Amino acid sequence: MGMTMTQKILAAHAGLDHVVAGQLIEAKLDVVLANDITAPVAINEFEKCGADAVFDNTRIALVLDHFTPNKDIKAAEQCLQTRNFANKYDIKNFFDVGQMGIEHALLPEKGIVGPGDCVIGADSHTCTYGALGAFSTGVGSTDMAAGMITGKAWFKVPSAIKVVLTGKPGRWVSGKDVILHLIGEIGVDGALYKSLEFTGMGVEHLSMDDRLCIANMAIEAGAKNGIFPVDGVTLEYCEGRFQREPVVFSADADAEYDSTVTIDLSALRPTVAFPHLPENTKTVDEIAQMEPIAIQQCVIGSCTNGRIEDLRAAAKILAGRKVAKGVRCIVIPGTQDIYLQAIKEGIAEVFIKAGAIFSTPTCGPCLGGHMGVLAKGERAISTTNRNFVGRMGHVESEVYLASPAVAAASAVAGYITDPDKI
Amino acid sequence: MKAHGLVHKYGDNVDTDVIIPARYLNTASHAELASHCMEDIDKDFVKNVKSGDIMVANKNFGCGSSREHAPIAIKASGISCVIASTFARIFYRNAINIGLPILECDAAAKEIQAGDEVEVDFDTGVITDVTTGKTYEAQPFPPFIQNIIEKGGLLKSITEK
Repeated sequence: MGMTMTQKILAAHAGLDHVVAGQLIEAKLDVVLANDITAPVAINEFEKCGADAVFDNTRIALVLDHFTPNKDIKAAEQCLQTRNFANKYDIKNFFDVGQMGIEHALLPEKGIVGPGDCVIGADSHTCTYGALGAFSTGVGSTDMAAGMITGKAWFKVPSAIKVVLTGKPGRWVSGKDVILHLIGEIGVDGALYKSLEFTGMGVEHLSMDDRLCIANMAIEAGAKNGIFPVDGVTLEYCEGRFQREPVVFSADADAEYDSTVTIDLSALRPTVAFPHLPENTKTVDEIAQMEPIAIQQCVIGSCTNGRIEDLRAAAKILAGRKVAKGVRCIVIPGTQDIYLQAIKEGIAEVFIKAGAIFSTPTCGPCLGGHMGVLAKGERAISTTNRNFVGRMGHVESEVYLASPAVAAASAVAGYITDPDKI
Repeated sequence: MKAHGLVHKYGDNVDTDVIIPARYLNTASHAELASHCMEDIDKDFVKNVKSGDIMVANKNFGCGSSREHAPIAIKASGISCVIASTFARIFYRNAINIGLPILECDAAAKEIQAGDEVEVDFDTGVITDVTTGKTYEAQPFPPFIQNIIEKGGLLKSITEK
């Protein structure tokens, strides 16, 4: 029986010719990642067990992105601990304020991760790199610490759901709408322990930024990883960027899947996930039939939607318009390069003239850290990835998840709306 | 190895943001994390929990963030075992890696009620609801996970190899 794309990458990294779903393997890691929240716990474990060396100082990435620029004294101390560790072990891919970006926007951009890699990160959205044709999954701090010491991790080989994409997406339909639609179809545990393997003719119509957004939220369906085939779009993105040679894996023709989901991209509509689960999806057409849902905050950014195409989509809507009175619109680029690009393209000016703020990269508001925490009873539309109870602030606040276009249109209207209706 | 205690019961999709809200992730102190465990969905949990108590929930327990702070907060609050219909996969790994025993058992998760007295035998996977007298069978841990738990966590199992 053939192997899925994920299984082939895992087999190669375990030194095996063949693996099957359910098999326990030990795989070599190409990159091990942590951030300012998860690294301190990993460093404590690393030190507690008496380790005095990392397996490879070029294969570890430490990114201070969550509560930075330091939001309070405790956050500053966690960054300091991580910084000291990075200095002590001469970690080459250490990113502090100034070079720092949101980790899952930064690592692909810098070419630290790429096709064929096997990556773990102490951050659940590490699954983002599946967009590049890598096996990449989120783990906890202890796994990360063990990975830093040994360069290896154990995995249970996952089975897979095949997601066949057909057709071409219409105007204002982005990667975010594809993944929200899928999560709405299969539920927040619809892919629990499994791979989501994206395939089909529709893939060619998805840009790298769209694919990164889709793979990013695979975890929101419970998946172990989400993965895209490597094609011309991938290789073009990696050209002059990826620090190693891409290794291209593809699923065997006779690979076995638990199930198949087909999505006609041409039939999708801009989609919004209502509180308090990413599976509570409605299209903008369904929302138009409801009482208007007023918002007080709009967040455009995050590891899900803080890339240049996301900012361009938001700027297209905000150009020549104003953010509605009573709405705070917060735009956060994913990385310093994206920030600079947005300035060069005049996008930064569009945001500021529209009455939005345009800040330095940070995960900040996505997890209720800083830079846009909600009060009791407040409601936000956000391009982030989770709308759990209390995610962006007060336990009685609400988060609606959407694409940058829908978020920007809603910021202008003051209520959740279709980008075509402003 | 056995666990024995009173049950704290929750529903579907208990996410790591409610187990330990991100606003407390500026610390790695186990005691401090425990003092805010579950507070966004059960503000009395910290007040009521006693050492050895057992947490029972329905499907997809621990979904969301990879924060190891979540199983750490539960373990440090005194909980000796979590039983659920299913667990989110990162939480499952993290719990094992820090030595918080967790068992998947749909029937037990559905039938056991808040406040029941429950005993769990990790060697056999047998869960006994002492209050109702009913027993349930969960899969005991496979040998490689037993090894991690016996050694007191993943890192100790590596350093003692």
